[in-house]
Amino acid sequence: MNASTETGQELARVVEPGVTALAVTAHVSGLVLERRTPLWWWVGFGLSFGLFVLFLAAVGWLFIRGVGIWGIDWPIAWGFAIGNYVWWVGMASGGTLISALFFLTRSDWRSATSRIAETMTVFCVACAGIMPVIHLGRWWYFYWLFPYPNTMALWPQFRSPLHWDFVAILVYVAGSLLFWYVGLLPDLATLRDRARRRWQRIFYGLLALGWQGSSQHWRQFRMLYGLFAALMAPLVCSIHSIVGLDFAGGLTPGWHETQFPPYFVFGAALSGFAVVLMLVIPLRRALELTGVITLRHLDVLARLMLTASLLLSYCYLIEAFMPFYRGEEREITVMTSLLTGYYAPWYWAKIVLNGLVPQLLWVRPLRLNRPLLFLVALCVVIGMWIERYVIVVGSLHRNHSESSWFVFVPTVWDWATLAGSVGLFLTGFFLALRFIPMVSMFELRDLLHKKQAGGG
Amino acid sequence: MSVRRGTGHSLRGRLAAFDDPDAMLEALRRLRQEGFSQLEVYGPHAVEGVDELLGRQARALPLIVVAAGGLGAVGGFFLQYWGMALSYPLNIGGRPLNSWPAFAPSTFELAALAILLVGFLAFCRFCRLPRLYDPIFDAPGFERASQDRFLIWIAEREGRDDRELLRQLLPEGDGVRIDEVPA
Repeated sequence: MNASTETGQELARVVEPGVTALAVTAHVSGLVLERRTPLWWWVGFGLSFGLFVLFLAAVGWLFIRGVGIWGIDWPIAWGFAIGNYVWWVGMASGGTLISALFFLTRSDWRSATSRIAETMTVFCVACAGIMPVIHLGRWWYFYWLFPYPNTMALWPQFRSPLHWDFVAILVYVAGSLLFWYVGLLPDLATLRDRARRRWQRIFYGLLALGWQGSSQHWRQFRMLYGLFAALMAPLVCSIHSIVGLDFAGGLTPGWHETQFPPYFVFGAALSGFAVVLMLVIPLRRALELTGVITLRHLDVLARLMLTASLLLSYCYLIEAFMPFYRGEEREITVMTSLLTGYYAPWYWAKIVLNGLVPQLLWVRPLRLNRPLLFLVALCVVIGMWIERYVIVVGSLHRNHSESSWFVFVPTVWDWATLAGSVGLFLTGFFLALRFIPMVSMFELRDLLHKKQAGGG
Repeated sequence: MSVRRGTGHSLRGRLAAFDDPDAMLEALRRLRQEGFSQLEVYGPHAVEGVDELLGRQARALPLIVVAAGGLGAVGGFFLQYWGMALSYPLNIGGRPLNSWPAFAPSTFELAALAILLVGFLAFCRFCRLPRLYDPIFDAPGFERASQDRFLIWIAEREGRDDRELLRQLLPEGDGVRIDEVPA
């Protein structure tokens, strides 16, 4: 009884007792400005950079030889690249949901995790944005997607969901970057003012744009941040809905589903929360942030992941039920094939990893068990990649005409591109760890002041 | 003889520094009661109540953002309408050229893009950013305003010597100190 109330109190704290505003500012900026780069950073960065080089090699070879080096062919013309795109953009949603949505709900646990989550979003979006471009085949005609006056007097097909997607990802990239950068401005000014070395003063001084922290600055800043948050929350829903429409807009059995827009939003949220957990759990130890990223944060994120998993599981049920309810022949073919055919192991893996494994999080001791929580999040991240793979390939392999029934076999270059994109993400994230404060210092100062005043 | 709010100080003045935001707020209230009007507050985070005491609001930014969203939506829709219905009409099975439901997603996205870009530019304009150097940066102890200290800048009033009055209003010590800011 006593122990459980203690845990209850511990779970209510977003900041551990004894943490002061100045200490947080000094610690977080010290991580960037003063601390010697730790060994784990060099090891992590080295491995990530190795994978990044693999990505460059895979994409370089692709640019030389064309998309034939991948396993795609007719009729399965969408393969890993599209699956990877949907996977990356889905994980990116985590940062936007935590930063924008939970800013609007005024959740106090958001402050300490928002920077990690937003930084994750920026690099996930970068990985996502590259995938459709390298999938184009003739990628050097990429700019044809822009509506610009040209001598051919042609326009992009504005009615196509694929073009909606292009516009959506473009806006989402711009939005994530701006939201991240605006939220960084006061912290960059703090770094500028605390920096001792000359290059740091110049570097952070330029990035901070001359932020003064005057009441005028804070007034405009809070207004802009609120407006951006109110925009980013619907924007993140719109982009995943549009990604869903990429598929729903096609006549392929298994894709032509009205539930796809919310289905993709739920899936994105699930993988987003999972990847934030995978970053937060090791980083709160490695960066010694346990005072401000408490068990409360992990508990909230775990419960959010569970919620998203339940929402997505409902969509999985509808997905399996609808073909038989509608009775459309080819839809039944696709669903039966997924349940029992060539892709059945992948299909059941996605059910287990995304639907069943997160159910462990109903139990509080399991939610607070960090290694286990990390493993559950890892299962979800892998499961979400499998889900995208099954959606892309599983539907295409049983199309309307029996003459176009094939299976997709990925090549080594498919896997290299996937692994390399992870390297691209991690390389960017490790660099951000070194040069950018990983906790929003001004938000914590604000939070700590309010906690002191309100006695919370 | 007006000072742009919050930035571009060309007037002489004094800076009062406070360790505690509540003490700063109390001092600001007293200064306002004494009739000081050219005031600015610097701090490591926003403090509730400062804007009310200074009598300022960020009214223009939301209006600009809403206007940008409206223009972005209209412009974005017209771009698609122009391309699909006027510039290069394609008759596909007699379907209507102005297929507005299919234009809706991109219209929303382009409105969002306009809001993001215009909002950021307007924010920079109102804050006079980027502005890498400002005389206020030379004030002693100003670097603490981005860390743990709250400063009130009090403009020197023409023809008046406020030194004695300020000494009474803001007694030094207990986390309060006053510095002269050069022009």
